[in-house]
Amino acid sequence: MLNLLKIAVRNLARFRRRTLLTSTLITLGIVAVLLFIATAGSFKAMMISQFTDAVLGHLEVHRKGYVASIDTLPLNLNMQPQMVKKIEQVLGSMDEVEAYSERVKLGAMFSNFTETASIRINGIDPQKEIAATPLLPGRIIDGSKEGAVLKPGEILIPTLLARGMKVKVGDTIVLVATNRDGSVNAKTFLVRAIMESITGPSGRDGYIHIDDARTLLRMAQPEISEIAIRLKDPAQLEQAYAKLNQELSGMLNKENKPVLEVHTWASLSPFSNIANMIDVLTVFIKIMLVSIVLISVMNVMVMAVYERIREIGMISAIGTPPRRILSLFLTEGLVLGVGGTALGTVISLAVIYALNIWKIKFNFGQQQGLLLSPAISAADIAIIAGTVVLIALLASLQPAWKASRMDPVKALGHV
Amino acid sequence: MTLIRAQGLTKTYVTGEVEVPAVKGVDFTINAKSFVAFVGPSGSGKSTLLNMIGCLDHPTGGRLSVLDTDVSTLNRRSAANFRGQHIGFVFQDFNLIPILTVYENVEYPLIMVQDWPEQTRRKQVMRLLDAVGMSAQAGKRPDQISGGQKQRVAVARALATNAQLVLADEPTANLDHDTAYRVIELMKKMRDELGTTFVFSTHDPKIMGEAEVVYTLEDGKLRAPSLKSEAAHA
Ligand SMILES: Nc1ncnc2c1ncn2[C@@H]1O[C@H](COP(=O)(O)OP(=O)(O)OP(=O)(O)O)[C@@H](O)[C@H]1O
Ligand SMILES: [Mg+2]
Repeated sequence: MLNLLKIAVRNLARFRRRTLLTSTLITLGIVAVLLFIATAGSFKAMMISQFTDAVLGHLEVHRKGYVASIDTLPLNLNMQPQMVKKIEQVLGSMDEVEAYSERVKLGAMFSNFTETASIRINGIDPQKEIAATPLLPGRIIDGSKEGAVLKPGEILIPTLLARGMKVKVGDTIVLVATNRDGSVNAKTFLVRAIMESITGPSGRDGYIHIDDARTLLRMAQPEISEIAIRLKDPAQLEQAYAKLNQELSGMLNKENKPVLEVHTWASLSPFSNIANMIDVLTVFIKIMLVSIVLISVMNVMVMAVYERIREIGMISAIGTPPRRILSLFLTEGLVLGVGGTALGTVISLAVIYALNIWKIKFNFGQQQGLLLSPAISAADIAIIAGTVVLIALLASLQPAWKASRMDPVKALGHV
Repeated sequence: MTLIRAQGLTKTYVTGEVEVPAVKGVDFTINAKSFVAFVGPSGSGKSTLLNMIGCLDHPTGGRLSVLDTDVSTLNRRSAANFRGQHIGFVFQDFNLIPILTVYENVEYPLIMVQDWPEQTRRKQVMRLLDAVGMSAQAGKRPDQISGGQKQRVAVARALATNAQLVLADEPTANLDHDTAYRVIELMKKMRDELGTTFVFSTHDPKIMGEAEVVYTLEDGKLRAPSLKSEAAHA
């Protein structure tokens, strides 16, 4: 049984080298794009989780204006207990929220009795903090990871300070902090552990118990500087953000302005730029793929029509409807596109599978031995394969159209 | 029964400023089931005339009816449809499709031009291959058979859709003399068996002798037709 598909395949097989070259090009393009998406996606997800799971949480709530002046960790922009209670109610009612942690943040002087340096302190409830940022214990590089990460009277200090001021685990140090009323207070702490910093070597974040922070600041009421929120599913970020924003924007001050602000991790971390760049790069490489497919398929199809002008003249003369001549060549372009795409997809999936078996490890900043686990969704494959096939069809359209419109007498006389 | 009727049929090619009168007002009729040749020197207008009869080109003047249809006014699509329904073509350079077998080349118009069901298609192709003596080569590709065999296959293909009229512009020009003769004999045999009207053009005097009606073109004009019987008397 003879049909369009069979004719297309045979015509493609007739110029085996050219067909092979073009479909190889499409195959390689598909492999490049799918592998890039799979590995870059894995890399991005991993990097994002390094930030969200170790420091930021997925969402953070602050008093309005706090983030704008976060460098100075202002004490006059803390949230009052009744505000916090309301926020907790909202968070408790949101299905998307897995956990949240309230923090008191302050700038302090860190002294080992011979030298001082500045440090940024997070006062935390260890249990709540670990629930909201589960990678926190993993950042401890010197000191016990066993039991509670932190007890009252203990401090976790960043490597930067430990190295610079030669402080070891078990040492006693002093924190000196200026209170909201301008007075100064000091308190001694036992160095419980030293932790690597996420934001690079300049990280100056230390952790103490939230009760110690309040004592140090001589807080009259249990105020809070920020609430870090962990979501059950990071994919629900935008949705949860919108919902929380909506709920909290109802809390107004005397001037009828919202008192709170909500941020996603992305607007709090410079890494979001890198994440965006990966996205831009992905778009760019997709455009490259589309161009490769467009140009190579069009090239082959223009050649195919040119070589077969007399054949086109003959089939047109014997009365083949122009639409059928069009489909004849479109089918050929389609087979080329589908063949290259199918092969490319199979190869990509095999390579992705292999990468997951070989367990490729890499380092990022101070993070060592991160496991790359490339993965690609069926939706991504479908979109890319669909686009390529569509582009192949589109690239064949002009040559096929030209073939279908050819004047049989002129075509037959073509030499 | 008259199959083709031309009255004052004219074709003038216009290329830029230059007008080339290729056919200059010819009148003729061709009866059904006849075996007709157009002869004449190169440039006399044979191809132009055959193209107009085959609805591949429009006349620029006069009247032309084929199978009781005024074909001078057919648009592109109706012309293609008309050709597909009623006319078969045999070409000078065979024009078999190289990627298809002999069988598939004959089957081609039954799929691409008319939608015949598989069963009847098979019967028709086998019958025609048998009639042109190419059944044994059914599975071969065009590059595996000789020129004469190719033209036999082309004749079978032209007859596949049961066309009432087969047009052949110089069907033997690419064949050696004996082979050419046998192809013309084949066409005549098919006419006898199927009642198909054959109209062809040729340079070759021996070939034109096989025609029952010979129209001679000279510089776009027709000389009086000569029936074979008359020619024999002259
Ligand atoms: N497309 C065209 N444009 C302009 N002039 C043409 C065209 N086709 C044919 N002619 C001219 O029309 C005249 C008749 O040409 P035609 O091809 O019909 O002759 P022919 O008898 O078939 O010749 P041959 O035996 O060489 O095939 C010639 O003078 C030719 O140059
Ligand atoms: Mg000619």
